[in-house]
Amino acid sequence: MAHAAEAHAAEAHAHRPQSFIWRYVFSKDHKVIGIQYYVTAMLMALVAGLLAMMVRLQLAWPDKTFPGLGRFLPDGYSDGVMNPEFYAMLFTMHGTIMVFFVLSTAPVSGFGNYLIPLQTGARDMAFPFLNGLSYWTFLCGCVTILASFFVSGGAAAAGWTAYPPLSALRNSIPGSQWGQTIWIVGMVFFIASFTMGGLNFLTTILNLRTKGLSLMRMPMTLWSMFLVAILGLLAFPALTAASLMLIFDRHFGTSFFLPSGLAVSGAPLLAADGSPLHSGGSPLLWQHLFWFLGHPEVYILMLPALGFTSDIIAVFSRKAIFGYKAMAGAMVAISALSFVVWGHHMFVSGMSPYLGMAFAVGTMLIAVPSAVKVFNWLATLWRSRIRFETPMLWALGVVSLFISGGLSGIWLGQSAVDIPLHDTYFVVAHFHLIMAGAALFGVFGATAYWFPKMFGRMMNDTLGKIHFWLTFVAYYCTFFPMHYIGIAGHVRRVYDPYQYQFLKGLQPINEFITVSAFVLGSAQVFFFINFFWSAFKGKKAGENPWQSNGLEWTCPSPPPHGNWPGEIPEVYRWPYDYSVPGAPTDHIAQTDPSPLGQRGEGH
Amino acid sequence: MSSAPTHALDQAGRPSSGGGGGPVLGPPGGGEGPTGGGSSLFGDAPRFGLWLFMGTASMLFIGFTSAYILRRASGDWRPLSAPSVLWLNTALLFSSSATLQGARRRLRGSDLPAAQAWLAFTGILGVSFVVGQVLAWRSLAAAGVFLSSNPHSSFFYLLTGVHVAHLLGGLVWFVADFVKVRRLAFTPGEDGLRLFATYWHFLAVLWAYLLFLLFVY
Repeated sequence: MAHAAEAHAAEAHAHRPQSFIWRYVFSKDHKVIGIQYYVTAMLMALVAGLLAMMVRLQLAWPDKTFPGLGRFLPDGYSDGVMNPEFYAMLFTMHGTIMVFFVLSTAPVSGFGNYLIPLQTGARDMAFPFLNGLSYWTFLCGCVTILASFFVSGGAAAAGWTAYPPLSALRNSIPGSQWGQTIWIVGMVFFIASFTMGGLNFLTTILNLRTKGLSLMRMPMTLWSMFLVAILGLLAFPALTAASLMLIFDRHFGTSFFLPSGLAVSGAPLLAADGSPLHSGGSPLLWQHLFWFLGHPEVYILMLPALGFTSDIIAVFSRKAIFGYKAMAGAMVAISALSFVVWGHHMFVSGMSPYLGMAFAVGTMLIAVPSAVKVFNWLATLWRSRIRFETPMLWALGVVSLFISGGLSGIWLGQSAVDIPLHDTYFVVAHFHLIMAGAALFGVFGATAYWFPKMFGRMMNDTLGKIHFWLTFVAYYCTFFPMHYIGIAGHVRRVYDPYQYQFLKGLQPINEFITVSAFVLGSAQVFFFINFFWSAFKGKKAGENPWQSNGLEWTCPSPPPHGNWPGEIPEVYRWPYDYSVPGAPTDHIAQTDPSPLGQRGEGH
Repeated sequence: MSSAPTHALDQAGRPSSGGGGGPVLGPPGGGEGPTGGGSSLFGDAPRFGLWLFMGTASMLFIGFTSAYILRRASGDWRPLSAPSVLWLNTALLFSSSATLQGARRRLRGSDLPAAQAWLAFTGILGVSFVVGQVLAWRSLAAAGVFLSSNPHSSFFYLLTGVHVAHLLGGLVWFVADFVKVRRLAFTPGEDGLRLFATYWHFLAVLWAYLLFLLFVY
């Protein structure tokens, strides 16, 4: 690098906060904040993963005693046998932490913060202070939600969807004493942090793009972050409203969600004068508000994975993404449709069949843009020179999970099929494959792909491949058999399935699933070793180790404060000009002004 | 939650305040126009961010509205009559919007003493509104109408409470801008109160909407 650039870098350092605390802890730099978010989310994933392991242990061998666990978790186990209430807390907190604090956070808040300024060509986010504040708000949410295990009665146990009346009556279950209140407070922290992030994402993408970077030249990752931010800003307020009303119902005696005629343990809920304590409220109202958020929320998890996958597939096939406009349009269509399909979570809650039909049709329409995405990924791969490096394996894993999980979505979208399958393991299989799995694989793919940029070092490829193959096989072994037990009638959220005669025969399958889940969990050790070892000891990466075109690969790895040591680069093309005939290399950086290639649509 | 963005917007409005000629942190697009009067929304990051915030806050009230409409259809709804102080409060809030416009015009005309006076009026009217809302709650409570009395009163306390929470965030912002006017921190002719005024008018319109929803609709 030339001396001039070093001088610029020195200038950049001069503006950078000097003390360790302000540089790395209360930082306003989007890269530090992105990594903070990412690492926090991954630690939360460890917690939520361990919760799932205990759930699986119970489902496979509910009659066995585990004295060791009993000593470690005296409140959860009595005499080595899990308490039913503790089981409900486990699956509730597993779902809540995974959906919000891991799979919304790692791809969106983690990679979003890290990548958006680098891919838009900005020095930082539009509102750096707000960005730092959002991380610390998020951390408060994490601490709050984890603290709920240690309050009287234990953690929330009404499911991640927190349906009233279970969640609205403080004496309904032990987890509803303080755990549910703390759950709501944790969620409010999370929503506040996600809102601050969304304001930053949209403002940065729309206001701070560098010269030449028109919308139709943005990488798919940037498109996905743009849409995710819109979804978050429009959908999360519904849950904020509902959460406030739930708090009021729980603590201030209102009846937003609570009807009359309620009884707890056989005793009717009556006021001192004998009138019902609550009346007229509608538990269905909560479901509507929750799922108005809930369905866009699952696309908040999914869309970044789709964006990462598109970008990784293009780089490792050395081809332009097939059908760029269709790909962007498909994501826009998926986002728009996500707001009109929430009712498909409520087919059994009771709704007019005509309304159910409308929701079913909307849901199945989502299959169209989803199929466009799969077709275009396959067309990008078709007859390309595929490089099977670790990021590419994860991206292909996303494609695989998106297809296998998406197909069962078409089943479940129809009310006639959903009604018998609702609340069975078929649904668990569906959303773990498409939402959880594809999002998780997307995060791992993005980690493998952008790690060199984030830490300046390569991840170990062998460890990465071992991690991928173990995870991929174990993931399918864990979740695919759930389709079968679901069709056989295995219900969700049941502490001991074998109390029902007709489920007794499913125990061997549950044992297989549990062993697979343990393999899946153990395989993550390879990731954590690889991550921390490579961050300090990995091979030096250089600016652009994957021969990529994106703007983020034109700055040093890791980028300094302010991202580019010199001037902000100007963009002359989209990031997909790979293998252009006549070009000196098989990739043309976005900053290359040459007239070759397709260049995307300029201004 | 509502006070946080305002604070950050102020910070972000002057992204390169860290030092003269600091090209390092000045966003290339947004750095040009945070103070420009007629700049487009896309060239003005703080203004754009504020509109996004008002959008997401509106979604919150749309969520409450849908709950309100659904809940009203149930049998136990007993309509509440509006405490009369609410009409006075409404007048106070709209007057504060008007005086804020006055302050804005004086500031643009570089008449700083007058701008300060008009702004002080705005603050007094805004605080009076909050006091008036507290009086409205107390008068209802004195009449035996509490949060849990019936669904209409629940919604009344909830919606007015959430609105006041947003307004308190606005008052924090007000203090920050008032201090700036006192310290002459604006360049002559600058429309320095524009963002705050946008938010404050939003709160007035929101209040009018809530009044309509609660007592007219």
